[in-house]
Amino acid sequence: MSDTKVKSRKGTTAKDLNVKPVYLESGLEVNPVYTAADIENSGIKNEMPGEYPFTRGIHPTMYRNKPFTIRQYAGFASPEETNERFQFLIKNGQSGLNVAFDLPTQCGLDSDDPRAFGEVGRVGMTVDTLKDFEIAFKNIDLDKITVSLTINGTAIILIAMYVAMAEKAGYDISKLRGTAQNDILKEFIGRGTWIFPVDKSVKLVVDTIEYCAQHVPKYSPVSVCGYHIRESGANPIQEMAYAFCIAKAYTDGALSRGIDIDDFASRLSFNFDIYGNLFEQIAKFRGGRRLWAKIIREEYHAKKDSSCWLRMIAGGGGGGLTKEQPENNIVRSAYYALISALSGTQTMALCSYDEAYTIPTEHSAEISLRTMQIMIHEMGICDTVDPLGGSYYVEAMTDLFEKKIKEEMKTVEKWDGIINAVATGKIQESVSRQAYEREMGMQTGKVDKVGVNIFTREEEAKDVEFHPYNQKAADDQVRKLKKIKSERNIENVKVRLAAIKKDAQDNKNLMPSIIAAVKEYCTVGEIVDAMKAVYGEFKEPIFF
Amino acid sequence: MKVLLAKPGLDGHDVGVKVLAHGLIDAGFTVVYSGLRKSIEEIVQIAIENKVDIIGLSILSGTHILLSQRMKEVMTERKLNIPWFVGGNIPPNDIDKLKKLGASKAFATGSKVADVVTYFNSIHVPA
Repeated sequence: MSDTKVKSRKGTTAKDLNVKPVYLESGLEVNPVYTAADIENSGIKNEMPGEYPFTRGIHPTMYRNKPFTIRQYAGFASPEETNERFQFLIKNGQSGLNVAFDLPTQCGLDSDDPRAFGEVGRVGMTVDTLKDFEIAFKNIDLDKITVSLTINGTAIILIAMYVAMAEKAGYDISKLRGTAQNDILKEFIGRGTWIFPVDKSVKLVVDTIEYCAQHVPKYSPVSVCGYHIRESGANPIQEMAYAFCIAKAYTDGALSRGIDIDDFASRLSFNFDIYGNLFEQIAKFRGGRRLWAKIIREEYHAKKDSSCWLRMIAGGGGGGLTKEQPENNIVRSAYYALISALSGTQTMALCSYDEAYTIPTEHSAEISLRTMQIMIHEMGICDTVDPLGGSYYVEAMTDLFEKKIKEEMKTVEKWDGIINAVATGKIQESVSRQAYEREMGMQTGKVDKVGVNIFTREEEAKDVEFHPYNQKAADDQVRKLKKIKSERNIENVKVRLAAIKKDAQDNKNLMPSIIAAVKEYCTVGEIVDAMKAVYGEFKEPIFF
Repeated sequence: MKVLLAKPGLDGHDVGVKVLAHGLIDAGFTVVYSGLRKSIEEIVQIAIENKVDIIGLSILSGTHILLSQRMKEVMTERKLNIPWFVGGNIPPNDIDKLKKLGASKAFATGSKVADVVTYFNSIHVPA
């Protein structure tokens, strides 16, 4: 990187004041004091919230009008249990639902697949067929609640199910809202639930964008995740830069289908991570929001302001939480929530304090929910827009972050673009080395972590509340799948699966044929196999 | 000493296993990495082909007991005597269960790289 600090007036740097230099995780140096001189050249003085380039927030009144959406992660074993959990969360004042899925669903395996043994319903809800969606969302008003599907490798199938379910229930899909994570490029960097080769995987994401732009215009088909990239070891600058490169790859794909930038850019959303230095994160979001607006307007020539908005879900990152003294995580998460609100997030989700070692319990999830509610109702966080706007330090860092994220995006261009950088493992290699260095910094005490390397105490190895694996629920799921398979019209199933293959061969958008297939209760595994027959599978480059 | 680090099952969380890989290399070990979503049979095959001295299974989805049962079966079937260990989200109560299944050690999340290295150095590798 080139210069890593702002050009400050005399007498304000660490050197001037004879104090030890301080560096952020991103490598940027922090002055002991900032003054008006540090933001002399910044355009921020004339910028209003809700005005391009949106440094201060995407809406003029932000939370004064309506607080950020609270959306906690939920999803337990069976669709029946998930439905109960949803009812509980809605009763407790939650306005959005975030659904987690089990690994077989994420990897495109049915519950009765031998490779799914022991995993059915373990880390989220199982989906074999549309029936599971119909059970999970029973008596839930899709007009009042926004549902976010945390799914990637099989996202096109689950979005198709959501649309099919809504259609069958009589909703007007042109008004249907919701979000899918559907960011497959980040799965190749972290988390690893890829299925198809990189280019085909991106093609499927673009299929969903195209279909939604034409038929479900209020649905957000993609949430680009800097989150997992940072959890895999990227620093805050790389988190934003790689996420923007990924978002640009999907955007380029959509444009190549002849879709107008203004017909889909406003439906793109982002999912970012929060842990570490408070001011660094805020500058990351404000600088990133400004840069993204400029990219969409200057490079893609979007006319509508809403196309330029960096809409985001930003919550507490698991990477900052510790297994040691886990109650400290409640405090950390409250700070992360504060960072998120001060950064102008649209949606907030916090990790629960026990998430460092298990899936949240009802109790720990409630503490997260209350943390956000306390901030909204007791702390005055919604009263005024962008309360840190104009702070010499925050604005100087915001400017620097905008510049640094842009530089890092150029590095990806040097790797022949993000798709190539991911397929060859260039990004994975660099972030995994950083993850190692960060971990060693913590383990050797170079980086302070309360309860881990400072202020530690002897802790008894207490047994944590771990969701026991529910073999009975898994067996029930397999039985239910058998029953559906025996009741459906097998001829129709065959026709629908053949149609998917044909559309894949003809390089057509697969959404229509998948929607038709799920309505006939074709399974996730059957649909994935039909696609694999044409697309093949990703061959993972082995390195670390 | 040659170590195979492996990811059995469907869990794709590989930050920890890669951190350990870097740590072991810096400590002078040779590391072979399996990549994601390998079956126990595939992992054992990779171990044999690469003539590794020890096998590490990284499991974060909670399937450690099931996968270790399978590991015990496959190691017995193939009459192998390679020491193996488990790392990941392991509740303290499960550590003894894993040892009974034949794991020589279990490292829960939060374990220090240095402790793993010390442990590996203490293992006697049959010539």
